[in-house]
Amino acid sequence: MQMTRMLATTAMALGLAATAQAATVPAGTTLADDQTYTFWLLDAIKSMDPQINTDVEGSDVLRNLFEGLYNEDGNGELVPGVALDHTVSDGGLTYTFNLRDDAQWSDGTPVTANDFVYGWQRLADPANASEYAWYMELMQVANAPQVVAGEMPVDQLGIRAVDDTTLEVTITTPLPYFPQMLVHASTFPVKQSVVEEFGDNWTQAGNLVGNGAYTLVEHQLGERVMMEKNDTYWDAENTVIAQLTALTINDSNQALTRYLAGELDRVDIPAGQYPRLAEEYPDQAKSTPYNCSYIYMLNVGEKGPEALKDVRVRQAMAYAVDRDIIVDRILQGGQRPAYNWTHWAISDFERPALPWADEMDQAQRIEAATALMTEAGYGPDNPLDLRLQYNTSDDHEKIAIAASQMLKAIGINITLDNYEWTIHTDRLQNQDFDMARYAWCGDYNEASTYLDLMTSYSGHNNGEWFNDEYDQVMADSKQAEDPQPLYQQAEGILAAEMPIIPIYHYANVDMISADIQGLPDNNVNNTWYGKDLYRVAQ
Amino acid sequence: MFTYSLKRLAIAIPTLLVLIVVSFMLMHAAPGGPFTSEREIPPDVLANLNAKYGLDQPLWRQILSYVWGIVTQFDFGPSFVYKDRTVNQIIAQGFPITLTYGLISFALAVIVGVSLGVAAAVRHNTWLDYIAVGTSIGAQVLPNFVMAPILVLVFTLWLGWLPGGGWQGPEYWIMPVIALSTSFMASIARITRSSMLEVLTSNHIRTARAKGLPERRVILRHALKPAMLPVISYLGPAFVAMITGSVVVDIYFSTGGIGKAFVDSALNRDYAVMMGVTILVGALTIFFNLVVDILYGWIDPKIRY
Repeated sequence: MQMTRMLATTAMALGLAATAQAATVPAGTTLADDQTYTFWLLDAIKSMDPQINTDVEGSDVLRNLFEGLYNEDGNGELVPGVALDHTVSDGGLTYTFNLRDDAQWSDGTPVTANDFVYGWQRLADPANASEYAWYMELMQVANAPQVVAGEMPVDQLGIRAVDDTTLEVTITTPLPYFPQMLVHASTFPVKQSVVEEFGDNWTQAGNLVGNGAYTLVEHQLGERVMMEKNDTYWDAENTVIAQLTALTINDSNQALTRYLAGELDRVDIPAGQYPRLAEEYPDQAKSTPYNCSYIYMLNVGEKGPEALKDVRVRQAMAYAVDRDIIVDRILQGGQRPAYNWTHWAISDFERPALPWADEMDQAQRIEAATALMTEAGYGPDNPLDLRLQYNTSDDHEKIAIAASQMLKAIGINITLDNYEWTIHTDRLQNQDFDMARYAWCGDYNEASTYLDLMTSYSGHNNGEWFNDEYDQVMADSKQAEDPQPLYQQAEGILAAEMPIIPIYHYANVDMISADIQGLPDNNVNNTWYGKDLYRVAQ
Repeated sequence: MFTYSLKRLAIAIPTLLVLIVVSFMLMHAAPGGPFTSEREIPPDVLANLNAKYGLDQPLWRQILSYVWGIVTQFDFGPSFVYKDRTVNQIIAQGFPITLTYGLISFALAVIVGVSLGVAAAVRHNTWLDYIAVGTSIGAQVLPNFVMAPILVLVFTLWLGWLPGGGWQGPEYWIMPVIALSTSFMASIARITRSSMLEVLTSNHIRTARAKGLPERRVILRHALKPAMLPVISYLGPAFVAMITGSVVVDIYFSTGGIGKAFVDSALNRDYAVMMGVTILVGALTIFFNLVVDILYGWIDPKIRY
């Protein structure tokens, strides 16, 4: 499964915590002599260019090599990065950032507002062809769509350096969560002279100049990435870990073996192994909520099967799936059963009361589902045949097999269609499916990152369930003082219409060395920074 | 033989061209593209990407400019997925790694496999033969994707002798070489053994023995060379299989070799890398088949070019 995480944060007020910089080592802690941290990458890093990278793993590396306007702390709250603070104009359309004057590039030159302007322009510049150019549009930066389309020159983008330490950004719609979006790696500054000198080779070790707490020492594609503490970083004094290493291991079981052999400090736990490891290594096995939801998307559009246009069939299917079996027997890693779309741990979000989720047990749901199917004209002598499509993965397969058995109980015969990821995605985006495995990872820690997807205009609503009332509710939420009741209303519409079958909410299930401290334990996007870590003596 | 080799190399060029065109068409026929993403890319952004990588051109023009780039500048283009690297850079990093453990495995497989096979044939139906046959069957039924995790479990986790993966020095080579070479070693041993057994019953060996030559000389000088013929024809494809089959080694031992890049490029629709590696493997196949054919002539004087 490839997940693209764009941004990680908690909804926050504008007042930034001024403390909590770098590693906060409690007094009396004895630090280990060996201050290194080795983490795991499932795949090779595709790019170390902040404006080209699209991967979660790439972002993990980039956050150490570069620093954006804001960082996040262990609770997902914003803390100053290059920006100390900012002011917002009346109407919420102009942000003025006050940058620190002691931020430096790893070559010793100062980081200025112009470096951000250059980075953001690069992201939108058609000549640079960044896949994440649309992130500028998502951020509502003024003129972004026109610049991306090549209709306006890049200097018309709504970002401007007032002076070396003052950066001004203009957006077109007020976005309460705009500052949170600045944590994302594609908004990081890059140094123009370096990019121009080395061209596409500027991200190679030796060429790369960053402004993060670490510098790139070595990058063997598909083997390892090595980073060393950057002495020109403005908070280098409080940075404890001297060396960060990322090892690429394509097989998660192999990664676990090497973790147990002491070669890594952190690895993901493969599905099904958490209970055993938690018992054996209670101080190392950890499960924390992770900002993604797993669903089966139903195709209710023109190319979809006739049966799925009947809301009773969709409801019956959602009721028939026993989520407890999926999370307790298959995944076994602290994931939670999902009865709605938005991840349960999203801050301020509260799922509305849903009778089918809260008041019925599974036997009652099956009963209701059978009744709905009969009502819709299906039964043992008139079964419904559907195809369930998923991308290649042991876990997806196990869940699909379980789900197909559960649906069989209400008279739906499922044929399983396994495709490799690219074909799966291509078919999904061309509406060539009946029901398909889908996962969405939140861009930020607020419910709209999920709920916007189901609008008719989101571009990601592959099941083509279009609902005017839903669109209206989501449009209203952008202007609302408190959008939460509207979010609940939106979830209510989804539960009634059931265009998707929620399956489970993700958890991050990791083995983490007991002597590593400072990793976030309450950040739903798991955004971490090497500069916050330290290793205690044991 | 020189003109023969030249002729073979001349045929290699159109063969490679056909390979390029066919792989190019097949690759573009597969659904999806390098920029297929779970988050569908807006049309404007996709248009920029396609323009940058020339994917907005008609297919014939893409092929032409691709081949032109290779012929004139030996430039295989930029990777569509590893965007700050060119195909040349990716191959330059990954291929030497694969070649290193591939060559060592190959040498080990040949030396141990042939010795084992000869020993088994000479000591036919003795304990040595049974051990050799037993070991090679054992090694052959243990595929490298089973062997690799077992090796790491034993030598890294339990014994702590070897690093579990990576590519930083000779100690990192040991497990990949063992995992890659054993099944080839086993095949070579079995082929050598049966071929040797056949040769040992032939007339010229009986003559050699009748002349009173020492057994050592009979085996090494008169029997081994003709017995190598089937082994040699196995070696050409085997070497290429080692390079392309190295994906398992790359996955389990994180070597950063070219095998993983090959498979990934197909899955990611990284057209450029996939073409680059396909051409590399194609060229290697042609080259090793030529080497094998030339070796035939050396071993068997009856073969004329």
